[in-house]
Amino acid sequence: MKNRDEIAQALAASGYIADADLATAIALMQMLRRPLLLEGEAGVGKTEVAKALATAHATELIRLQCYEGLDQSSALYEWNYQRQLLAIQAHRGSDSIEDQVFSEKYLLERPLLAAIRRSQAPVLLIDEIDRADDEFEAFLLELLSDFQVSIPELGTIPAVTIPHVVLTSNGTRELSDALRRRCLYHYVDYPDVDRETRIIMARVTGASPSLSLQIARMVEGVRKEELRKVPGVAETLDWAAALVGLDVSNLHDAPETVHETLICLLKTHEDRARVTPEVTQRLLGKVA
Amino acid sequence: MSCCGSSPGYDDLNEVSRLVSVRLAAFLRTLRDAGFRVGLAEGQDAATLMASGYAARPGLLRGAFKHLFSARKSDWDKFDGLFDAFWLGKRVRSRSRTIGSAPGASNPSLKSLQDKTAEQGGNQSVTDQLPSSDDAPEGHSGEGRMEGASRADNFAEVDFRKLSDPDQIAQAHEAAAQLARAMRTRLTRRDLARRRGYRLDLRRTIHRNISHGGVPISLVKRQRKDKPLRLVVLLDASGSMSMYTSVFLRFIHGVLDQFREAEAFLFHTRLAHVSDAMKERDAGRALDRLSIMAQGAGGGTKIGESLQTFNRWHAARVIHSRSCVMIVSDGYETGDAALLDREMAALHRRCRRIVWLNPMMAWEGYKPEARGIKAALPHVDLYAPANSLQSLRALEPYLAKL
Repeated sequence: MKNRDEIAQALAASGYIADADLATAIALMQMLRRPLLLEGEAGVGKTEVAKALATAHATELIRLQCYEGLDQSSALYEWNYQRQLLAIQAHRGSDSIEDQVFSEKYLLERPLLAAIRRSQAPVLLIDEIDRADDEFEAFLLELLSDFQVSIPELGTIPAVTIPHVVLTSNGTRELSDALRRRCLYHYVDYPDVDRETRIIMARVTGASPSLSLQIARMVEGVRKEELRKVPGVAETLDWAAALVGLDVSNLHDAPETVHETLICLLKTHEDRARVTPEVTQRLLGKVA
Repeated sequence: MSCCGSSPGYDDLNEVSRLVSVRLAAFLRTLRDAGFRVGLAEGQDAATLMASGYAARPGLLRGAFKHLFSARKSDWDKFDGLFDAFWLGKRVRSRSRTIGSAPGASNPSLKSLQDKTAEQGGNQSVTDQLPSSDDAPEGHSGEGRMEGASRADNFAEVDFRKLSDPDQIAQAHEAAAQLARAMRTRLTRRDLARRRGYRLDLRRTIHRNISHGGVPISLVKRQRKDKPLRLVVLLDASGSMSMYTSVFLRFIHGVLDQFREAEAFLFHTRLAHVSDAMKERDAGRALDRLSIMAQGAGGGTKIGESLQTFNRWHAARVIHSRSCVMIVSDGYETGDAALLDREMAALHRRCRRIVWLNPMMAWEGYKPEARGIKAALPHVDLYAPANSLQSLRALEPYLAKL
């Protein structure tokens, strides 16, 4: 995959409808060997990019989900303490036991170590990096620039292959400038009507082009309402699947069903109360 | 690039690439002026891109540069305009990163705000009464020895409005800064005191017990990672607050300097994020920089709209579960009170505590009648006066308990 069109096609084949901007970003990612940082609201499909990229490259996806308090031992490697203890007990008195317990056999690979030891470069997805803390971010930065890991008992492990790194962030914490500069940046926005229509057609079996367009327009209208939780693409797909399952082929034919199934899009009590049947009617009126 | 000329072509090519790199360097400078953080590595990558055929297609180059040079949403939004302006032959003037000025608003700089305080500019309907010092909020007496705040004692209870002598104002500023420092020391010490290991650290336990043949006799506990308390200050810089603005700015400057994690915003009819400007080491310079942002003072206060902006664009980034939001305002809302109610509710759902400091509260006979304050109060955890150093100091034990 070299140029933008090839990339966009390969992603589409794996079920992700990318815009030209994102295809450019992925082309650059391969050319400049930089990680790609995806920012955007929850539910716009940031994680899906990494999954589709792995499918397009026909390679493994290794995912590291970040959370507060994530440390090296859960992200990089850990010794298998129980096995080490057992081995020490079993070989009591032998001198060589110390060398043995710190060998590959007792090493547990965690996502980051796994990602640099594959023979075919995997896609490494570091999900929600903003949830991890500053110390972890600094450590990650070091790994992303050297691509080698030092394990005191084993020595330095260089990368067998350089993974394709995708980071996602929801902006719950300001990331460091150093990390941002290291990465290519792409802001993932809610898809426009045209792209969302194509996403629905690609992902929901049985959704006709006309129904997909109506759903995309309706969702666009819902997103413009003052909501606490703006529905993402995943919610759109749920709703489309529900409508197809209920045999709705035209939204105007079944306004009650449309209103009732809006629970797929509205995820809080307040939002549900805000979108009254009248609001649904008004939004339907704008859908051709 | 193909070279279809004869012998002089080689020199021409060199000249072209030299011109391109000069132009590129100028573009990087433009980006830096516009607040982009562009390093050497990005410059080299940009040169690589230009040499690899991207240069021939401006549309493609723009997209590529956008991914390369942007680092955050604000960069992303600005980039296209900057690129077009530069590469289409129009030089861009460097833009400051503050918010544009409100048209037609008089702009008393903060320096002159301080002078005005001295003159007691009487364009406000201020009831001139002595503040009663026993109006401190329930359960918050300023007990406890405050390190380093002793100089503040002389006029700890004097209303900031009453400070007329420039020396006294300078002292008030100094005291406010000291107070911020003292708060920092106390809070961090408490934070440390609360840290207790509570989970077994297996890795270190094994290492510790190698001498016992691996039998875990002495255990090592894992230290709990404590989130530092984060203070987010929203300061009302409207005309009705001008008597207090400068002292509070000084206090915020101290807080930002001393707290591990603090953010500051200024609002009147709009919201401005001022943490960067406030991080100037020199307080005077910080206040000068803020004078630009204090434009619009006197043009009414739209607390609801400002909070809406805050919730929409900043809250996710600056607020975590151990955050305390401190709003300093007299609550005179000239905008929509219902909006303020809604936005306060949204803010309250996000953070640990909302403290509302109202300088007028300590005035005799003051009742929270203003529409804004009425709408906001149901969502406030602590509503306290903030018209003197004494009242600021009374907050410290409360903040430490967050």
